[in-house]
Amino acid sequence: MDERTSTDGPAPERNGGSERRRGLSRRGLLAGGAATGAAALPVLHGLVPHQGVHSALEGDASAAAPTHGEAGKAAHGGGSNGPTFRQGAAVDHAANGFNPTEMLRDFDWGKTRRLPSGRVLREWELVATDREIEVAPGVHYPAWMYNGRVPGPTLRAREGDRMRVRFVNGSEHPHTIHFHGIHPAEMDGVPGIGAGLLESGEETTYEFVAEPFGLHLYHCHAGPLAEHIARGLYGAFIVDPKQGRPEADELMMMMNGFNTNFDAEGNQVYAVNTIGFHYVNEPIRVGRGDPIRIYLLNLLEFDPINSFHIHANFFHYFPTGTSLEPTEFTDTVMLGQAQRGVLEMCFPHPGHFMFHAHKTEFTELGWMGFFEVGGASDRRRAPSAFCELPYKGGA
Amino acid sequence: MEAASKAARRLGTRGDRPRWLLAAAPLALIAAAVVLFAALGAPGLGERRGPPVEELAVERTVLRPGEIELSLRNSGPDPVEVSQVAVADAFVDFETDPPGEVGRLDDQTVTLAYPWQEGSPYAISLLTSTGATIDHEIDVAVETPEADAGFFGLMALLGTYVGVIPVALGMLFLPFVRRVPASWVRVVLAATIGLLAFLAVDGYLEGTELGQEGGGAFGGVELLFLGAGLAYLALAGLDSYLRGRHADAEAAGASGWRLALMVAVGIGLHNLGEGLAIGSAYAIGALALGAFLVIGFAIHNTTEGLAIVAPLAAGERPPLTRLAALGLIAGAPAIVGAFVGASVTNPELSTFLLGVGVGAIVQVIVQIWPSIRDDGGRSLYPASVAGMIAGGAVLYATGLLISV
Repeated sequence: MDERTSTDGPAPERNGGSERRRGLSRRGLLAGGAATGAAALPVLHGLVPHQGVHSALEGDASAAAPTHGEAGKAAHGGGSNGPTFRQGAAVDHAANGFNPTEMLRDFDWGKTRRLPSGRVLREWELVATDREIEVAPGVHYPAWMYNGRVPGPTLRAREGDRMRVRFVNGSEHPHTIHFHGIHPAEMDGVPGIGAGLLESGEETTYEFVAEPFGLHLYHCHAGPLAEHIARGLYGAFIVDPKQGRPEADELMMMMNGFNTNFDAEGNQVYAVNTIGFHYVNEPIRVGRGDPIRIYLLNLLEFDPINSFHIHANFFHYFPTGTSLEPTEFTDTVMLGQAQRGVLEMCFPHPGHFMFHAHKTEFTELGWMGFFEVGGASDRRRAPSAFCELPYKGGA
Repeated sequence: MEAASKAARRLGTRGDRPRWLLAAAPLALIAAAVVLFAALGAPGLGERRGPPVEELAVERTVLRPGEIELSLRNSGPDPVEVSQVAVADAFVDFETDPPGEVGRLDDQTVTLAYPWQEGSPYAISLLTSTGATIDHEIDVAVETPEADAGFFGLMALLGTYVGVIPVALGMLFLPFVRRVPASWVRVVLAATIGLLAFLAVDGYLEGTELGQEGGGAFGGVELLFLGAGLAYLALAGLDSYLRGRHADAEAAGASGWRLALMVAVGIGLHNLGEGLAIGSAYAIGALALGAFLVIGFAIHNTTEGLAIVAPLAAGERPPLTRLAALGLIAGAPAIVGAFVGASVTNPELSTFLLGVGVGAIVQVIVQIWPSIRDDGGRSLYPASVAGMIAGGAVLYATGLLISV
């Protein structure tokens, strides 16, 4: 660990100066449970989460859940150091049944077989259920969801594959699944057409060809629409181009939020993949120099204009992912509801890099996180075209 | 036989059963029924329908550099847990004391780590465990003064400036009222009624405004009426006690003293409320401690001194010590009020105390009323009406100089 650290130069120091200030504050002393006086300073400094950076260097960035202790959590944000949920409190991911860290790289290719025609058939089963989830530490929200998670599973197919999605409505409320993409009218998952609205206990199968390639989404289209989306019935749906995309560390980020008081005026909690500040407490670990591809979607309800901004880096942006040529090299994109795009980048420098909505209200209400860039991981490949400036096209 | 039963009834017995048993038996039955009902968990009624009702009242806000402290009280029927807190649309770190949920009528102190800026308004949103939001506004953020010796000294000085000194100055009219004809004194007393009525209305309006502001754990505007009723009845009782005790002296024309004392007590209770307003305005930084404010209050309250000495126009020449005591009774509560107002920002207590002031003043008006009767026994005659209007008008005009 130490050896690796030295190879990578000085250990990255996040908020170095401000951590020191916090160490001197009364609250910092209380949080650390340390004795008062100057002696507390080095003790507290040892508690701040450098261990997160070091452990990322130990191996595959995606392996093993990060092991931040209470002390590590207590060091993020607070006061002038930025927004934070109450320090020391955490969301019970096990009770929620999903973890945003695992959801990032969880792509569901379905049950696959090749049809006699040569076409690939992919089958999934999606079940709608109602359950209370913890959207912020201690804050519970009565969600409706597909397959027990918000967002629902990230369905992934290749252009031209046949998709067969069996939908079982296990919720108390009527629902549908409406896919974005190109398909026959009766497969559109809206009330009154095809299978229409599925009452509680009913089921149907949506079947269509995956097209066009790009990043799409699916969501319930029952009325009232705003509520059925806001409650959590949505997910990402990725169609890879026939020839595929250059290999990369791929991440799915669903920008969402929760109007916990149901006043339909904005949301109380904003996030990427449901849990606000999750990637602050558990930064997304990636390898330095690794090609990274982010499938970014916005399904925010009530206050639907969202944005994504990456610190100390730029990305190539492919709106809706429907072209292999990027339209922009930027560090900020703005997305309306249901807008989505593919981001390709790599991190040349090690350390912690913030990402957040550049709508600061959302940022401070939960929509922010960190990339933790360690040494080159096992994932490291030959430099990909999109790690170079300027972009040279799909490798 | 008949005489014997009468005697028995007088002794509290009827036959062989003591009378208290007739009251004790139903009381015991009621208690047993309540206990049984509670023990069985309200049989037949089941759970309450609908989600929990979550209410929290913010009773006090203290601002320190980098920190906002809220004193919360659960004013609703169900326990409430503050899970997250956002200030100006940003989640903040915080500590709660005691930790965990707040039970019905319990309180909790929530300390937020937030770099607030002086002079800015802040919207604080308490996010409960069910996702409900309870909002609290800070109109203008100003650091809350520490309750140290210097602070109490300042409050004492303020109370003396606006309470004690003006009342004492007003009492300097005593030689004047003792030398003018009785009809003039009656007009002065009528003016006193006018200004007291103005103070009562003023206190009522302020109390209703404050009562509606509070969270209502212990009630809102009804506290104003409760305070007023208590003060009125207490003063009426005191008055009748004083009358009975000094019946002989009254006959000798000492009623002026009693009246002066009652007016002093009434005005004192009013000044308690006035001090309260000044103190709490100072605590939240809404008070410009300028000479203008003090002068305004001084002119305003000088008329109160006149009201105290007006009943002393006739009778023996009053000793200075007694006059000083009257002045202190009327003026010193302003000091107490300033202390309380600046250190305990509690709308419910303030509402109650304003009510006390209103009730006291109404009782004093009732006391003074007979003294303005002219030789024909009328209370409302041109001179007295003019006096009342003048009294009210003076307070209205001087009140414009003050704005707390």
